[in-house]
Amino acid sequence: MVESAQNCDVVVIGGGNAALCAAITAREAGASVLVVEHAPKAMRGGNSRHTRNLRLMHEAPTKVLSDAYTENDYWDDLLRVTKGETDEYLAKMTIRRSAELSAWMESHGVRFQPSLTGTLDLSRTNAFFLGGGKALLNSYYNTADKLGIKVHYEVEVLDVRREGNVIRDITIVQNGEKAIIVAKSVVVASGGFQANIEWLREIWGGAADNFIIRGTPYAQGKVLKALLNQGIAQVGDPSQFHAVAIDARAPKFDGGIVTRLDCVPFSIVVNRDGKRFYDEGQDMWPKRYAIWGRLVAQCPEQVAYCVFDRKCINLFMPSVFPVFKADSLGELAAQLTLDPGRLAATVAEYNRAVVPGEFNHRILDNCTTQGLNPPKSHWAQPIDSPPFYAYPLRPGITFTYLGIKVDEHARAMTTEGHTMANLFAAGEIMSGNVLGQGYLAGFGMTLGSVFGRIAGAGAAKYAIN
Amino acid sequence: MQSTNTTAEARRLLEICNACRYCEGYCAVFPAMELRRAFSNEDLSYLANLCHNCRGCYYACQYAPPHEFAINLPKTLAELRGETYVEYAWPRPFAVLFQSNGTVISIATAVGIAVTLLLTAWLKSPQALIQPHTGPGSFYEIISEKAMIGVALATTGFSLLALAIGAVRFWRDTGGGSVMNLRALQTAIRDVLTLKNLGGAGEGCNNRDEKFSQVRRRYHHALFYGFTLCMASTTVAAIYDHILGWPAPYSFFSMPVLLGSTGGLGMMIGTAGLYWLKIVGDPEPSARKLLGADYALLMQMFLAAATGELLLAFRDTSAMGILLAVHLGIIFSFFAFMPYSKFVHGIYRSAALLRNAQERLTVKNLAGSLE
Repeated sequence: MVESAQNCDVVVIGGGNAALCAAITAREAGASVLVVEHAPKAMRGGNSRHTRNLRLMHEAPTKVLSDAYTENDYWDDLLRVTKGETDEYLAKMTIRRSAELSAWMESHGVRFQPSLTGTLDLSRTNAFFLGGGKALLNSYYNTADKLGIKVHYEVEVLDVRREGNVIRDITIVQNGEKAIIVAKSVVVASGGFQANIEWLREIWGGAADNFIIRGTPYAQGKVLKALLNQGIAQVGDPSQFHAVAIDARAPKFDGGIVTRLDCVPFSIVVNRDGKRFYDEGQDMWPKRYAIWGRLVAQCPEQVAYCVFDRKCINLFMPSVFPVFKADSLGELAAQLTLDPGRLAATVAEYNRAVVPGEFNHRILDNCTTQGLNPPKSHWAQPIDSPPFYAYPLRPGITFTYLGIKVDEHARAMTTEGHTMANLFAAGEIMSGNVLGQGYLAGFGMTLGSVFGRIAGAGAAKYAIN
Repeated sequence: MQSTNTTAEARRLLEICNACRYCEGYCAVFPAMELRRAFSNEDLSYLANLCHNCRGCYYACQYAPPHEFAINLPKTLAELRGETYVEYAWPRPFAVLFQSNGTVISIATAVGIAVTLLLTAWLKSPQALIQPHTGPGSFYEIISEKAMIGVALATTGFSLLALAIGAVRFWRDTGGGSVMNLRALQTAIRDVLTLKNLGGAGEGCNNRDEKFSQVRRRYHHALFYGFTLCMASTTVAAIYDHILGWPAPYSFFSMPVLLGSTGGLGMMIGTAGLYWLKIVGDPEPSARKLLGADYALLMQMFLAAATGELLLAFRDTSAMGILLAVHLGIIFSFFAFMPYSKFVHGIYRSAALLRNAQERLTVKNLAGSLE
């Protein structure tokens, strides 16, 4: 391992989409490339293994994308979700270069399919990978193998040593043994720190122990921390993360897509004390699902419960965990270990406030509440038809926003405002440059692919010259 | 369909798959799954038989082992398919033949050969077996016309009846209904003949690892179409013999021989290829306890084809008698045990594809009427 690693041109830290895009691009530019991935082979690929699509600009319909999605449309969407927390130059460059991604991806083994059932709202903007993110990664790893890229699994990078504007070497540990890798260029594509519970605890205290990490347990942020400690400039709010409300019974890590719950708009959501705390029907779910992670994170014990009745059980995608079901609210409260009296009182108060309307879950309907605080603005129907149902919710962390600052060549910047000569970054570790807050479905993969390619090209160029 | 550990496991997996749906582009199983929110044992039986074991979903799965969800759909559905073969077998007591099916089929083949040889020696004479016979009707000098036709009609007739009853049981169990929807039948037949579901949306299926390949589909085509040519050869020969009065053997360039020898070659290539793929394939997504049955059927069909080709090559020599007896013994055991070997997968798979075609039409019509 050490022998084979010592003299490579480019070392890529990480094994997800951005890392592989960088590795392949660097190799095709003529550099010798080593990929060091923290996970074992079966779990390789970071959060990319849980993804399913990426967002692509296009001027005309393609095989898998309808209509057109112009630079302006894309930019407007990005501006809306980030509320301006972005870098216009980098963002527009990313958007423009996304237009060339699908051809590049297909020429490197990735296959697309029409958008998945239940995701029609994305058919114009997002191209879906046949088989999802792990299948995409398999294609890239196959391509990497054919190109002669070396991949080492179960290698953790402990430190990156900087001298002036170059990275001298990196310290790794494999099978419990430390080693040094010297490479002419370094690409960091090692993700955020969302799986580092200790780090999260520094920000969120004990609440962090109740967070569920939706993706890879290998996003420990060690490389990120090492770089920040050595004067690489940071971007993104270190206390912020993207989170959605997921089923509280989800595994601590890697639960991915199947732990999500889409029942909030059809429910009332109560906390441990049986009290409602936010407008469940504020807007269409795709526009609101991402705020519920934070809302639940702010609840006592970081838990909440969706409660609904027979009328709504078939209105959303089935969850992977069995729904709590009872013939009376009292029984349901007992199953959830909530105070039955308080739950009954909350439901009664809500039912009294419901204004009769014409229920339609496809639009912002006129089923609302009157005189209720907080209100339920849409899809409010009395909860009165047994059986009654409930799902428990916890915050599911997708990724953290803290990252390292880069320029348009994916080169890392120092706190003094200089550019690093041989350190490049791609993927979640630098997404905060463009995505300062919020999220746009499929944009993480777009950023990873665009910056992965730029980083790989830059790293190879520097190494070969 | 009765509840077993396998149905429980299949249900657990499909409930997770149904919340994920990333694999819906690979084959018909996932879109069919998505039409359901809950899975009855009968739904599971249908989906298990719809699965072509392409394994695309296994390698694409973010929840495959060592993930704690431990999703291994190809393996579980294969095991469940094995249980459905037992469930629908007719007559019921014969279902026991699916236990240790590899051994059962191997012994059946050996006994088939031995009995044919012994009976021939006993009914005709031991000499008849080892003397050269040539010219029209020479095969009947080894085994009488009556015996050959009688045994063939009896075993094949019984087997076809047993297969048909199994198919009806499967059809009724998984929802019943008329099979006479011409558009659905057309789609189903096309799906059977093209093995579209082994196509993995264009690049084939997985055998050793994450890489896709069309080889399994091609070997299966070689076997399937080879077998079909052999059946055609037999049918033409029967017409020659019994209608036109031209008894076998036929010349090298006659229709029965051309069809049979080409078909036999296809079967040999197909069975050998599939056998090889099973040996080198990734054992993780395969159901180990069913491998015996797989290997046994492949071996039986390979031997049937190979002895047929040998018979053609050496029919003018003194080896013909023994070769004919051996060939017919294998063929006899193949047809006699057809309803109790892995052969049944083709019946239930075809029925599942028909049900799938019907379902898809219904969904399409429904969507059309909503617009």
